[in-house]
Amino acid sequence: MSPLLSVRDLKVSFDTEDGVVAAVSGVSYDVEAGKTLGIVGESGSGKTVGTLTIMGLTRAVNTKISGEALFDGKDLLTSSEQQMRSIRGDEIAMIFQDPLSSLHPFFTIGAQLVEAIQVHRNVSKAAARDRAAELLGMVGLSDPRSRLSSYPHEFSGGMRQRVMIAMALANDPRLLIADEPTTALDVTVQAQILELIADLQRQTGTAMIIITHDLGVVAEVADEIAVMYAGRIVEQASAADLFANPQHPYTRGLLASIPRLDRDRSIGLDPIAGRPPSMISPPGGCAFHPRCPRAFDRCSEELPQLEAVAGSSNHRVACLLEPAERSRKA
Amino acid sequence: MVRYIARRLLWVVFLLLAVSFITFIIFYLLPSADPAALRAGRQPSPSLVASIRHQLGLDQPWYVQYGRYMKNLILHFDFGYSYQNGTPVRQLIFSRLPASISLAAGAAFLWLVVGLGVGIIAAVRPRTKLDRASMGLALVGISAPVYWLGLVALYLFSSDIGVIPILPGANSYVPLSENPFSWFTSLIMPWCVLAVSFAAFYSRLLRGNLTEVLDEDYIRTARAKGLSERRVVLRHGLRSAITPIVTIFGLDLGILLGGAILTETVFNIPGIGRLSYASIVRSDLPVIQGTVLLGAFFIVFANLFVDIIYAFLDPRVRYQ
Repeated sequence: MSPLLSVRDLKVSFDTEDGVVAAVSGVSYDVEAGKTLGIVGESGSGKTVGTLTIMGLTRAVNTKISGEALFDGKDLLTSSEQQMRSIRGDEIAMIFQDPLSSLHPFFTIGAQLVEAIQVHRNVSKAAARDRAAELLGMVGLSDPRSRLSSYPHEFSGGMRQRVMIAMALANDPRLLIADEPTTALDVTVQAQILELIADLQRQTGTAMIIITHDLGVVAEVADEIAVMYAGRIVEQASAADLFANPQHPYTRGLLASIPRLDRDRSIGLDPIAGRPPSMISPPGGCAFHPRCPRAFDRCSEELPQLEAVAGSSNHRVACLLEPAERSRKA
Repeated sequence: MVRYIARRLLWVVFLLLAVSFITFIIFYLLPSADPAALRAGRQPSPSLVASIRHQLGLDQPWYVQYGRYMKNLILHFDFGYSYQNGTPVRQLIFSRLPASISLAAGAAFLWLVVGLGVGIIAAVRPRTKLDRASMGLALVGISAPVYWLGLVALYLFSSDIGVIPILPGANSYVPLSENPFSWFTSLIMPWCVLAVSFAAFYSRLLRGNLTEVLDEDYIRTARAKGLSERRVVLRHGLRSAITPIVTIFGLDLGILLGGAILTETVFNIPGIGRLSYASIVRSDLPVIQGTVLLGAFFIVFANLFVDIIYAFLDPRVRYQ
């Protein structure tokens, strides 16, 4: 069976006054129907721009897009704006990072939900309101019908994110893109929202791309994980493989910088040194080499390609280190 | 909300009292021509001036005069009589008000349509030639003084002195009740001239607001829902971007209803603006007082109105 979404060699760059920003430089991945892909990376790694581009939301005169993104066999990158409009919010829906700013402050929750339904479904306002109330109930808001006439500012952050989720699920999308859905929330609420998303995904069978900088988030929900750095995927594997056997020094760095309760406190965290590179003039060769503890001469000259890791199917890494070298302690 | 409005209305009364008092004091404390002498004509005898002064009550202390003025105003809605010709000020104002309202309302309609239209177009096409051209032109519109624009317009288009004589020129104002068609044509030029700077200012303001709003996360949400770009801009974008403009619009309209002195003067429109100008020139205190109070009345009510509207426009605003 062909995947629901198949992205091939996606490249996105923006012409800015400071130069050309290569936000995404050749990214490929598949999302199977009903499965979850986690895309992990620091801010500026191109993870958001990539998915916004698939949604057709980065089109502008100063944007250059190439590659293909086949959704159900149809290339989203070359689809007309009108075709994209009929897909957005219907077959592919999005949840954004900041629920405080992602809902319109001047419209009621009900109006915003009804609008989302009526764009794609030819139903009466009353029917749309019924559906909206049903959705709010689904995402765990009590007394959903009376909530319809509330404004976003009357809700807490967690409640607003629930509304965003309800809105995204309004038309039973086949693919849900969740861009940092828990980042702006309190830690206790984060877990609830993740659980809710996972639950609803099980119920509806929708596929999902979850974008995050937090490996802990994808560990809970993703089937497959792609780690991005400077606009490229540097490692891609099933969630189990990635956590059990991380190959790329960057992935290992990310894992080492997560605080863990079961680790001796005196060891301390091991942050990745340095800062994410400039996307206008990224370092030559492997973009991670200036921060990589294992970098050697070739790393600054040669761009590593994603290659299969011996012994595990579907685990691929873009690193010039010898396989045996990668897992050695630094 | 009701309590809020009641409290604001009390304030309005207090403000109007304060305005009337300050106008009165300014008139008395600052040097001005003697109204009695002005009224008495050329080379009057001192006794004539004195008798006129007595007749107008000007020989009494200011607080007595002010007290009498306020008493008549509050009890009888009587604004006194013009020093100049004895006409009741109330009658003067009410006869001049339609012209000012005609001018202000027509110009406001025009500048809203043009200003908002241009602002939206410029905002959805940022940094294009169209955007730069319209915003550049708007800057010219804001900078051009209204009396100069008025004279240029008259020079170009008025039927008597115009290069292209297609519109009635100065002094052609006809009340709406007399002849609606002439009323309309006579006001075309004044409306346009008065609206230019406002339209220019509003378009720049709306362009700025709307460009900013269109970058908001909730606009991305609206697009992600699959809404048409038209709906995204006109419903979601404009809804937020227009709110500050409503505030300014209320105040601008309030100010103009109290008289557009320059435009009325250039086009010789018998409105409140020209009445106040003439009364200042003639030191005609009752008329000055009346026009100032009227202007203040429009401004404070416009303010109150705007604040109330705001609560409806922005659900986050709640008045206690």
